Amino acid sequence: MASELINKYMRPEHLPHIWCPGCGNGILMRNVAQAIDNLGLDHDKVVIVSGIGCSSRAAGYMDFNTIHTTHGRAIAFATGIKLANPELEVIVIAGDGDISAIGGNHLIHAARRNIGITVVVFNNNIYGMTGGQYSPTTPRGEKGTTAPYGNIDRSFDIAGLAYGAGASFAARGSSYHVQQTTAYIQQGILHKGFSIIDCASVCPTYYGRKNKKGSAVDMMKYQRDNAVMQEKAVQMSAEELKGKLVIGVLAHTNYPEFTAEYQKLIDRLGREAEEREREGK
Amino acid sequence: MAQKKLILNAAWCKGCGICEAFCPKQVLALQGEKITIAKPEDCIFCGQCEQRCPDYAIYIEEEIEEVNQWVKPY
Repeated sequence: MASELINKYMRPEHLPHIWCPGCGNGILMRNVAQAIDNLGLDHDKVVIVSGIGCSSRAAGYMDFNTIHTTHGRAIAFATGIKLANPELEVIVIAGDGDISAIGGNHLIHAARRNIGITVVVFNNNIYGMTGGQYSPTTPRGEKGTTAPYGNIDRSFDIAGLAYGAGASFAARGSSYHVQQTTAYIQQGILHKGFSIIDCASVCPTYYGRKNKKGSAVDMMKYQRDNAVMQEKAVQMSAEELKGKLVIGVLAHTNYPEFTAEYQKLIDRLGREAEEREREGK
Repeated sequence: MAQKKLILNAAWCKGCGICEAFCPKQVLALQGEKITIAKPEDCIFCGQCEQRCPDYAIYIEEEIEEVNQWVKPY
């Protein structure tokens, strides 16, 4: 018994999912399904690739061509799939640790190549599956099981990191902002180059409990009350933006896409070889 | 007119309370570890609960009535 959307795009026999009560990942996974539905994409032309972690369970629940790969390497697998068949819509679902720590190198180089895949990050600021260790996106001062006195490192801004590395579309959504996040995922899928949608999830079990953030509802309300749209954020000072969650399309540029460039290279070399043959060399 | 219905799949509900918190009409109520539709008559079918339920346990179903009507576009 489930809604039309869930029956159409998920595998109901594998539901309910293993995520904790109030986990934002379920909401974000539905947003991905909703975005695909809104775009009317062909089921068989969509590939969902995931790595390891809580978020990466999504590949098991979504009813598309899916692949659950090794830790941090989702983008590497996705690059191969996209290059083998550029017609496919390749969507990577990964967690913050998976994409920015274990798979950090894959992220920056796929962004630099500007390969036309869409990366949806379920960013819950912690390693949930392994028991709440601090991740690269755990804010400074916040606690994790491996940072009992507070994390002393600065946190990554994943959307900013990917954009800095060359991604041509970077957006940020949240589990509270369902409509907006779905729209950003849609734009990311339509975008020709590398697109990243950094989605703030909620982890009430580990991140919330360790840092006394309250229940899942409290964490969702925090997202609602502290979110600032990108259009507004550009007019605000750094001080005003402290502790705020900036959502919206943060960067959108046009740059030649990798698989198209690769095809151009193949075509050019083919033409040159033909010419050489004609000239009898 | 299409008939809308609020449906609860209690087997999937984990009782996080997100739907209850964001329901603008206080239709839903948490009883123990499961959500219940306390005031179904107040529901305005806005879909806020369906959008934010992490477990897809609550949703709106639309019964589409068969309307056999031929509209001449010219």
